[in-house]
Amino acid sequence: MGIIPILILWPALAALILPVMPSHRLRAAVVYTASAGMMIFAVILLAGWISAGGGTTVTLYAETELADHLMIAGDLVLMAVVTVLSIRYRKYPVIFLSVAQTFGVIWAELVHPAHGGMHMRVDGLSLLLSMIAAFVGGMICIYAVGYMKAYHEHHKEYKDRTGFFLSMLFLFLAAMFGLVLSENLIWMYFFWEITSVVSFLLIGYTRTEEAIINCFRALWMNLLGGLGFAIAIIYMSLELGTVQLTDAVMLKAALPVAMLAFAALIKSAQLPFSSWLLGAMVAPTPSSALLHSATMVKAGVYLLIRLAPALSGSLSGQLVSFIGGFTFIVASMMAIAQTDGKKILAFSTISNLGLIVACTGIGVEETIWAAILLMIFHSVAKSMLFQAVGSIENSLGTRDVEAMHGLILRLPKLTYIVGIGIAGMYLAPFGMLISKWVALKSFIDAHNYLLVVFVAFGSASTMLYWTKWLSKLISMHRTNEPVTDKTHVDQYISMYMHAAIMLLLCLLLPWISFHIVEPIVKTLFGNAHEVLSMGVLTTMAIMLISIIFVPAVMFVLTDNARRQYVPIYMSGANKGDNTYFINSFGEPEHLYLRNWYMKPQFGMDKLMGPSTVVAAGVLIVIMTMIIGGVM
Amino acid sequence: MDAVRVILYILLAPVIGGLLDGLDRRISARMQGRQGPPILQPFYDLSKLFSKEMIAVNNVQMLLNLSYLVFFVIAGSMLFAGADILMCLFLVSTADMFLVMAASSDSSPYSSIGANREMVQLMACEPMLLLLAVGFYLATGSFQVSEIVSGDISAIAAMPGFLIGFLFITGVKLRKSPFDLSTSHHAHQEVVKGLTTEMSGTTFAIMTITEYYEMVMLLGIVALFFANSTWWSWIIAVLFCLIAFFIEVFIDNVSARVKWDKLLGGCWAVTLVAGGLNGLILMIIQ
Repeated sequence: MGIIPILILWPALAALILPVMPSHRLRAAVVYTASAGMMIFAVILLAGWISAGGGTTVTLYAETELADHLMIAGDLVLMAVVTVLSIRYRKYPVIFLSVAQTFGVIWAELVHPAHGGMHMRVDGLSLLLSMIAAFVGGMICIYAVGYMKAYHEHHKEYKDRTGFFLSMLFLFLAAMFGLVLSENLIWMYFFWEITSVVSFLLIGYTRTEEAIINCFRALWMNLLGGLGFAIAIIYMSLELGTVQLTDAVMLKAALPVAMLAFAALIKSAQLPFSSWLLGAMVAPTPSSALLHSATMVKAGVYLLIRLAPALSGSLSGQLVSFIGGFTFIVASMMAIAQTDGKKILAFSTISNLGLIVACTGIGVEETIWAAILLMIFHSVAKSMLFQAVGSIENSLGTRDVEAMHGLILRLPKLTYIVGIGIAGMYLAPFGMLISKWVALKSFIDAHNYLLVVFVAFGSASTMLYWTKWLSKLISMHRTNEPVTDKTHVDQYISMYMHAAIMLLLCLLLPWISFHIVEPIVKTLFGNAHEVLSMGVLTTMAIMLISIIFVPAVMFVLTDNARRQYVPIYMSGANKGDNTYFINSFGEPEHLYLRNWYMKPQFGMDKLMGPSTVVAAGVLIVIMTMIIGGVM
Repeated sequence: MDAVRVILYILLAPVIGGLLDGLDRRISARMQGRQGPPILQPFYDLSKLFSKEMIAVNNVQMLLNLSYLVFFVIAGSMLFAGADILMCLFLVSTADMFLVMAASSDSSPYSSIGANREMVQLMACEPMLLLLAVGFYLATGSFQVSEIVSGDISAIAAMPGFLIGFLFITGVKLRKSPFDLSTSHHAHQEVVKGLTTEMSGTTFAIMTITEYYEMVMLLGIVALFFANSTWWSWIIAVLFCLIAFFIEVFIDNVSARVKWDKLLGGCWAVTLVAGGLNGLILMIIQ
């Protein structure tokens, strides 16, 4: 377990030396070394935990005066960074948020110190998150090496700050390790604030007007969440005399749990705070991949999963499950009207996290099982999808889904990666679907019919936007426009590894359920019964075999079938290449096919306003009830 | 016993589907004051389709169409084997997705429109299908088909709203008027039919056979509402399946095609009112 400080400090060290690396080759070497080191240290930690018995919760570090003081200094540095940048860009209200929470927490820590208790904790859930951060996050950093090179060849208008960018990615991962391994809330708060500030710096990378607006929106929203976190800490140290996360959950203290859940909802970009994640896509793709998959939003759901036993059956739980379910359906509907690939991915992240959040709000064994499984699959699939779309954008010059018509003939390798990612997000029998099955069942058992309806309708719109995209990719449309694959080898290394992990996750699903997810649920709740029965497993095996083998067998059967190829029917005479037809003036006309986007029905401008109002209204009313109940 | 039912489904569903299709054409013709084709006409059509020379617009259409067929057969087999109905319905959606892919792969204007419309139809039906499984779970306490049909009283007693909702979307699933958007005709030509525009010969025959499997499976779900542990309930179930089929044919003949937004709005509204309310009541009285 002594490896923990190394695991956290190693990427932080990489973050320190990366900005001063003079050349691309040196930076690449540092990134590869740092990522490999991160993965190795995470595996050592895991191995140490397993050899110590496995399935146990290990708490560490009782006396940490030096580290505590360093963290106070760190909090002040973060506050200073926020203050300086807010003054430079004239966003003064942000300063208030930052100062209030930083001094609040420091005051609570120095004037009302909570004695006793350990500062870190190693158990199944924190190890799982560490592994996700180390492997998915590490591969994203490797991907970023190649991506940033191609990015700056494309975008000469932005200043090349690749060193800074890579450094921030590693700092982010360091904070993520600290966050998931912390047991003391003041420590967790420190890492929580780092992720807020680093994501702010990443989003503002290009320093365009849009980037500045979006990064400050992300900052104020996340600092608002941080303020909630700070209030929870202050209340706990004043009233309960402890700042341990476990104590907050065990005591089911209403106010701290509600405040922590509030902070987590913002981190996970749930309505009414979804707009910061949508704005985050102005940054280069690796940062989106990181925010959406391994870190940021996962920090939110991680905290909610920890809180789940306290949320179950409480008013806060009702609030969390409503916000999650509502976000699931509304975000999936808004995804239908998007043409921008990255925006579809962003809405799908928000929507999927909504489902996870809804599961944590119900907070029983089955829903937590589903939430953890959804989280694993979402991390890998979403990271892979962002990387593939980023690579496609570098090659095509656009990430518009309409431009991907017939991409399977133009960029086949990238198309297969997108295909596997999309399949992982919604097709039978990947983990998403089995989790949905379990979630639906436990929503019924929890007598929450509203959530059942949300899931039923949300699944329908989820299916539409993914199928639409897949069908665009698979169109056998030959164009004459040449396209070269500008993807660097670093990017392919990362994407192929993701694809391999994705397929392994599918094949090993029962093993993962028995040996990873169920023990975690057991640690959280004290007991766990088997969520997957033998019957369900058999069904799943049939589905898995069929989804992999049916198309493969059909391919073999039909590949050699003798057939005569004919041109498609175009109403006007086909010019022979399936691309041009003769119009009524006798002139050749280019065929252009467009998907349906239903903007008047599902457009963001139609749905975003009302749904934000509804979510904010519910949030304010229930929060007032919770605070009123405590007073 | 399960295996026997599955084998019977795999072997007999195309036959029953074909006969029902023949009956459909005959009844429709009589409603329109025509003589109509013989009952066995669908089988003559199929044998003719299989005898055609293989022509195709690309090399993946056939593979995707076959996948559509096989997934449907698996989904139907799961239903008749008494497996989990929710899983079975998930698989139906996956199968349908392969049909959409097959039509999109052609990259032709008419089949593309058909594919887009089929996607909207899928989206229109999905909530009702999922809520239907929820309804059975609430009424009988299980997602397992084998347990749903072994209760003392039929599920219909607890879930009449779900039946109405399901019959409504069955029209969409069977691609019958007023919900025949995805296979609707273009310029009154019988040959150009939405997402099947570019399908011909064997490929089209596969699509048709899959539709027969689908029809039998949907009627199987209708039967689930009526079947219970007594033997005579199965007779009622079969009778009601025929009535349901007749209702679909009748509506097909008396209604004009609607636009997609009406279809989507209509299906979702019916789902919410019929299925949603029925489910809510079931959940409250439990």
